[in-house]
Amino acid sequence: MAEILVLADHEGETVKKVTLELVTLARRFGEAAVVWTGQGGEAAKDKLAEYGAAKVYIAQGSEYDDYVVAPKAELLAWLVGQRNPALVLLPSTAEGKEVGGRLAVKTGSGILTDVVGLSDDLTAEQLIFGGAINVSSKVRTGSPIIAIRPNAIVPEPAAGAAVVEPVDITISDQARQARVLERVVQQRGARPELTEASIVVSGGRGVGSADNMALIEKLADSLGAAVGASRAVTDAGWYPHQFQVGQTGKTVSPQLYVAVGISGAIQHRAGMQTSKTIMVVNKDPEAPIFELADFGVVGDLFKVVPQLVEEIGKRTS
Amino acid sequence: MNIVVCVKQVPDTWSDRTLRASDNTLDRAAADAEINELDTYAIEEGLRLAEAHGGEVTFVSMGPERALESIRKALSMGGDKAVHLVDDALHGSDALGTSAVLAAVIGQIGFDLVILGSESTDARTGVLPAMLAERLGVPQLSYASKVEIDGTTITINRQADYGYDRVEATLPAVVSVVEKINEPRYPSFKGIMASKKKPVQTMSVADTGIDQAQVGLDGAACEVVTFAKRPARQAGTVVADEGAGGTKAADFLVSRKFI
Ligand SMILES: Cc1cc2nc3c(=O)[nH]c(=O)nc-3n(C[C@H](O)[C@H](O)[C@H](O)COP(=O)(O)OP(=O)(O)OC[C@H]3O[C@@H](n4cnc5c(N)ncnc54)[C@H](O)[C@@H]3O)c2cc1C
Ligand SMILES: Nc1ncnc2c1ncn2[C@@H]1O[C@H](COP(=O)(O)O)[C@@H](O)[C@H]1O
Repeated sequence: MAEILVLADHEGETVKKVTLELVTLARRFGEAAVVWTGQGGEAAKDKLAEYGAAKVYIAQGSEYDDYVVAPKAELLAWLVGQRNPALVLLPSTAEGKEVGGRLAVKTGSGILTDVVGLSDDLTAEQLIFGGAINVSSKVRTGSPIIAIRPNAIVPEPAAGAAVVEPVDITISDQARQARVLERVVQQRGARPELTEASIVVSGGRGVGSADNMALIEKLADSLGAAVGASRAVTDAGWYPHQFQVGQTGKTVSPQLYVAVGISGAIQHRAGMQTSKTIMVVNKDPEAPIFELADFGVVGDLFKVVPQLVEEIGKRTS
Repeated sequence: MNIVVCVKQVPDTWSDRTLRASDNTLDRAAADAEINELDTYAIEEGLRLAEAHGGEVTFVSMGPERALESIRKALSMGGDKAVHLVDDALHGSDALGTSAVLAAVIGQIGFDLVILGSESTDARTGVLPAMLAERLGVPQLSYASKVEIDGTTITINRQADYGYDRVEATLPAVVSVVEKINEPRYPSFKGIMASKKKPVQTMSVADTGIDQAQVGLDGAACEVVTFAKRPARQAGTVVADEGAGGTKAADFLVSRKFI
């Protein structure tokens, strides 16, 4: 059976959910072979086995974290040359897409990004123009490189052997040109990651200030959700840029998206339109975000949200 | 310092964007056109770096005749000259093909720094910066929210999920920018007048030295098979808050089993 290479997204030994989604998808097309860079692979092996990974290639050198993207692409290109996989799956994250881009150039294979589904003949489903149009695309040259949007696939457990195969290749000087000097972490509490979360609560300009974002955080925490923000909020410096949802921010596809004080401009919708359920709080009944709402409250967020938090507290205690 | 800034003309995000039924490519004629917004930040950063460190700014754009409007717009913000890559054979190119010709042109111009937007609003692949770095064999400094240059050392803040990385390299390099990096200037009247006299060189695929079989619809490594408008979401329930809005919202969350 052909191998399907899956680039693991992980933090230390913690496997990110998207990796399990990719492994689940890979099994449909062949043997899921996870490619793990840096530390933590041995410890993560059991988790990968639980979701049906047949193999885990572990390349544990520090160069994969010390230099931007290029070493990972070099490793994947080497594996593609060795194993001739039927398919290479990557998470459609900023970094995943860049690894894929470099890999595409190296192997001459086509790349499709932000894919939300794959049919048996490898036709990929994408949503373009802010979710207005469905597109079916195909790679016609080389081992297809497909970047899958996080949260698009439901991870399903299945027994796998997860046989570890260490990979120790020499990364070229060419791939060691952009050196990471320092990692600056700006975490905001212990919340799930934005693109992985099954619930996202986002605040917009209506929230009014950086301090008031605490209200959004409170609602998020009552639901175990991630916090997001509109561009108006990140532009104003009320919340860090990495939490921005939309065309020039993250694309999220959670089970539930709660938009608070957000008008619903097309660029914002582009990043959240495929959420399964959408709830809205906005004082303007004409706000376009209501067109997407499964449930909407027209009202002042400073009254509605505290009451909602209190009610959630009552019902979950 | 030779700075090359990539400028892409895209359909206006607010217009009704669609694909052409005849060949499933972007219908560029049907919508108003504008400079890809992130590229305006790339232009601004290029101009600022040239102002601070000296040097020439060249804009490069691949696109149909009409892309000249966007090139002129860029030149009205500043910069010295532009190259317009225009050839019917390029219609339908994918990211691989686009990066091949852009890299060839940029190589011919010569550069210390290539600056581009980290993503375009039409294709949204976000792979071009990585592909260009790969093809040009220079460091990739992508998702930059800050750029500093000291001699031949370049340091950026690279936006990440957890915050940002400080990344360092030696010039020449490819830099892609996010929109938090600066505030793009508006063209002045003087700038608009001056832009009309700035040289714009036109190039064809043959001029780049790239094999025509690598570009265009036929040369693309991916193809759009079909497309369809997505049905609108079903209208939901909207209630006015008359004192119990939060409670009703909680009821909804219970009914959908979120709490
Ligand atoms: C190229 C480009 C890319 C962009 N990319 C993105 C992107 O990635 N993400 C993004 O979000 N935007 C993006 N934008 C910006 C986008 O066009 C909008 O400007 C932005 O989304 C507006 O944010 P907002 O909804 O928070 O603010 P506004 O549009 O100002 O809406 C605020 C809303 O809050 C409501 N409100 C105010 N006070 C209260 C209250 N007390 N209670 C309840 N409701 C209240 C108002 O009724 C209003 O509807 C982009 C724009 C461009 C041009
Ligand atoms: N045809 C083009 N001409 C010039 N620059 C381009 C072109 N296509 C893409 N780019 C640049 O590459 C960036 C990323 O584009 P993309 O990978 O298509 O999302 C854009 O912001 C542009 O700066």
